[in-house]
Amino acid sequence: MTEDRMRAVQLLTPEGQRVSHPDYDITLSDSELRGLYRDMVLVRRIDTEATALQRQGELGLWASCLGQEAAQVGSARAMAPNDFAFPTFREHGVTWCRGIAPLEILAMFRGVTTGGWDPQVNKCGPYSIVIGAQVLHGVGYAMGIQFDGAEDVAVTYFGDGAMAQGDVNEAFVFAASFSAPVVFFCQNNQWAISQPRDRQSNVQIYERAAGFGFPGVQVDGNDVLAVMAVTKVALERARTGNGPTLIEAYTYRMGAHTTSDDPTRYRLAGELETWRLRDPIERLKVYLARQGIADRSFFDHIEQEGEELALHIRDGVRGMVPPRPESMFDDVYAEAHARIDEQRSEMLEYLSSFQDSVG
Amino acid sequence: MVKAINSGLRKAMERDPKVILFGQDIGRLGGVFRVTDGLQKDFGEHRVMDAPLAESGIIGTAVGLAMRGYRPVLEIQFDGFVYPGFDQIVSQVAKFHRRMAGAIAMPITIRIPYGGGIGAVEHHSESPEAYFAHTAGLRVLTPADPQAAYLTIQQAIACNDPVIYFEPKRRYWDKGEVDESLAALELGAVADPWRARVVHTGSDVTVACYGPMVRTCLEAAEASTDISLEVVDMQSISPLDLETLASSVERTSRLVVVHEASMSGGVGAEIAAHISEKCFYTLEAPVIRVTGFDVPYPASRLEEYFLPDLDRVIDAAERVMRY
Repeated sequence: MTEDRMRAVQLLTPEGQRVSHPDYDITLSDSELRGLYRDMVLVRRIDTEATALQRQGELGLWASCLGQEAAQVGSARAMAPNDFAFPTFREHGVTWCRGIAPLEILAMFRGVTTGGWDPQVNKCGPYSIVIGAQVLHGVGYAMGIQFDGAEDVAVTYFGDGAMAQGDVNEAFVFAASFSAPVVFFCQNNQWAISQPRDRQSNVQIYERAAGFGFPGVQVDGNDVLAVMAVTKVALERARTGNGPTLIEAYTYRMGAHTTSDDPTRYRLAGELETWRLRDPIERLKVYLARQGIADRSFFDHIEQEGEELALHIRDGVRGMVPPRPESMFDDVYAEAHARIDEQRSEMLEYLSSFQDSVG
Repeated sequence: MVKAINSGLRKAMERDPKVILFGQDIGRLGGVFRVTDGLQKDFGEHRVMDAPLAESGIIGTAVGLAMRGYRPVLEIQFDGFVYPGFDQIVSQVAKFHRRMAGAIAMPITIRIPYGGGIGAVEHHSESPEAYFAHTAGLRVLTPADPQAAYLTIQQAIACNDPVIYFEPKRRYWDKGEVDESLAALELGAVADPWRARVVHTGSDVTVACYGPMVRTCLEAAEASTDISLEVVDMQSISPLDLETLASSVERTSRLVVVHEASMSGGVGAEIAAHISEKCFYTLEAPVIRVTGFDVPYPASRLEEYFLPDLDRVIDAAERVMRY
């Protein structure tokens, strides 16, 4: 593990010490730094609340992003408003930064919708559950940007597990071939459900980029400053017509794969303890406090904001109105479809036969 | 049923050292549904292998393993994740034996937990059996209860043709007696996996179903007081045992076909067409299908409206009786 981390770009040590790197640096205002802290704390609060709601039976499932807040917030906050994010089902930090309301996400995990938000409004695609599929979509979107002569960039999110998928490897080929303005952001959280990273990739993930013909860089995924710095460079590279970059954010899935999973069956508790010492939020907090950028009242205020957000989420989830049965026929096609109309009528007629018999 | 399939896999592995299991999270974790629980511990990492996260890779390498004399049993984690491997299944697995003029068989079993009813997120509740039943060269099996699962998984593995083995995931936790004394090689004599089974006798309406819908239809048969339902578990979706089904329809003169999958282009249409042809002079009513709607599988809070249930089966039986 130590060996793995040697090449990872780091600007903030786990102890909250600001360090320099020969190739990467970042200068942020105090308010921007406080903003990153706020994002990470609130994302974690959403995550904790969602896990609790699943345990209470209010959500069908939850995929926790615990421990990956810096990777997600750092990269998403590096993006420009017109850049486009392609997230997976674990990117709650990314969707938060793109301005998707948490209740939109929770509605999906509650099972009242299979998606819902308009990707064009926040420039953020739907959660992809099929592993790796969205990476090709990101490349295609980036090709469109290129054909339009625009200066936007697509950022595709995926994990270490997806590195094995054909779609992801094909995405690398297409991006390199077209020099598409795309950033491949891989969160290596060490585990694809029960399978460790080396089942998907025999070399370090960032090293894979070289074979496809574009640069790869490994970053300490629990260091929000380093993640942001590295992502900004990759975005700039893409924006100026120099093609894709693969970023490997080296991090750790602190929780289970999803609430249906039991990680005690396949990984050791000691591993979790090691990573707890590298917590992404704690190290920024220490840094902010030591530098006098934030004080006790700021941290308390963010905690309070988190509690209010949690309350909003709880009430919002519990108050979600179940969808109308016939809504399953909505949006299946963009244009009129006789068969769908027929089946909708049949369903309504059938359901109304029950109401009659009750009456 | 999970335990029955696990026992069946164990028997198959004991019987034939060339049987190997390959899939995501099937080793130490024992599969996300625990179907392979304990098998890696007992048979070793070379026979129960965790695969990289790539379905096309799992199926494509199984073709090579089969060419090398192995008998791969693959697990696709969920129905909605089989599609990245669809190309290998349709273009390679299904056609290889024919392309090699019979010189090489493809004794590959592809296990796929399928169907809805467990409140899952998108891509975890689909019933894609018609795609595979439509493909020449593949056999398609689906067990309805633990005993059938225990037997048919072994028969699927022993079969020299590729078998897509659909496991009804909402029935994984169903309990039932399993007679494990049945010797493997005599399995075919005990219960032919390619034959349909009359699982409930009745006189008014035949109900053809398979997999997760068998229990639903049995419950409908129990609940139906006015109309006597005969329930036929097709079990093999490809090939279809139309002989058993037709002889039931000859007795009842009416047929309802039930499946979770969407209606259009589905297995129900295939069954209805055959029965219309075979039993034209006997049928007193058109064949009616009770199926999922022609929409993508809905969000879980709506699945009860999508999935055929006891009421919809009885409603269909009433409708065919009205002709």
